[in-house]
Amino acid sequence: MPSATPAPLWALTVVVAAGGALGAVTRYGLDTAWPPAAAGVSWTILAVNVTGSLLIGVLTEAVAHRMPQNPWLRPFLGAGVLGGYTTFSAYSMDVVTALERGAPEVALAYLSLTLAGAIAAVWAASALAHRILRPKEAA
Amino acid sequence: MSVLAVAAGAALGAPLRYLTDLWLRSVLGAAFPWGTLVVNTAGSLLLGALLGLPLSPQAMAVWGTGFCGALTTYSTFAFETVQLARGGDARRAAVYVAAGLVLGIATAWAGLRVVRALTG
Repeated sequence: MPSATPAPLWALTVVVAAGGALGAVTRYGLDTAWPPAAAGVSWTILAVNVTGSLLIGVLTEAVAHRMPQNPWLRPFLGAGVLGGYTTFSAYSMDVVTALERGAPEVALAYLSLTLAGAIAAVWAASALAHRILRPKEAA
Repeated sequence: MSVLAVAAGAALGAPLRYLTDLWLRSVLGAAFPWGTLVVNTAGSLLLGALLGLPLSPQAMAVWGTGFCGALTTYSTFAFETVQLARGGDARRAAVYVAAGLVLGIATAWAGLRVVRALTG
C-alpha cells in the first residue's frame, strides 16, 4: 500500500479545531436539552463522557484496521470531535459543586460512575470492534 | 448566539490540547500521557476560576463550555488508561487515573476558592 502524504501540522491543527467545535456544540446542545439536576451534577455530561469514550474505542480500531494510512481521521474525529465532545473540566467542577452543596454521596456517585462507565466503554467497545474488524485470515 | 460562542472557544481549546500533547510527547516521551494530564488539570483550574468570576452567560459559553470544555477531554483520558492497563502496566494506569482525578478536582476547587477570596 502506498504511504499517504504526511499531513502538515498547521492543517492538522485546523482540522482538530473544526472537529473540536463540532463536538463541543453537540455537548452544549445535549446539556441544554437536559440541564443539570440537583446538587449541580450533570448526568448529561456523564452520558456524554461515557458515549465519547465508547466512540473513541470504536474509532481507534476502525482506523487501525480499515484506514491505517489516513492521517486525518484520528486527529479530526479523535482529538477533534470526541475531544471537544467529552470534557474533564466540567466533570471536576461538578464534583466540587456537589461537595460544596453538601452532597458528598452525589459527588462520589457521579465521580465513580463516570470513571467506571468511561473505562468500561473504551474497553468493551474496542474489544468488540477489534473482533468485528480484524482481517478474516488472522481470525 | 451561544452555539457560536461555544464553537469559537472550542476551536481554540481543542487545537491547544492537540499541540500541547504533541509537544509534551516529543519532550517527555510517550510512556506516560503527560499531555492529557496537563491540559485536564489546567482546564479544571481555569473553569474553577471562571466560575468564581461574575461573568456573562456569553463569556461563560466561550471560555467555560467552549474553551475549557474542549481543552480537556474524558475520552482520551479513559482511552489512555485502558491502553496503559492493556500494555501490562496496571500500576501506571492506576497512578494516571488517581493523578488525573486528584489534580482535576483539587485545582477546580482551588481555582474557585482563590478567585472568590480575591473578588469577594
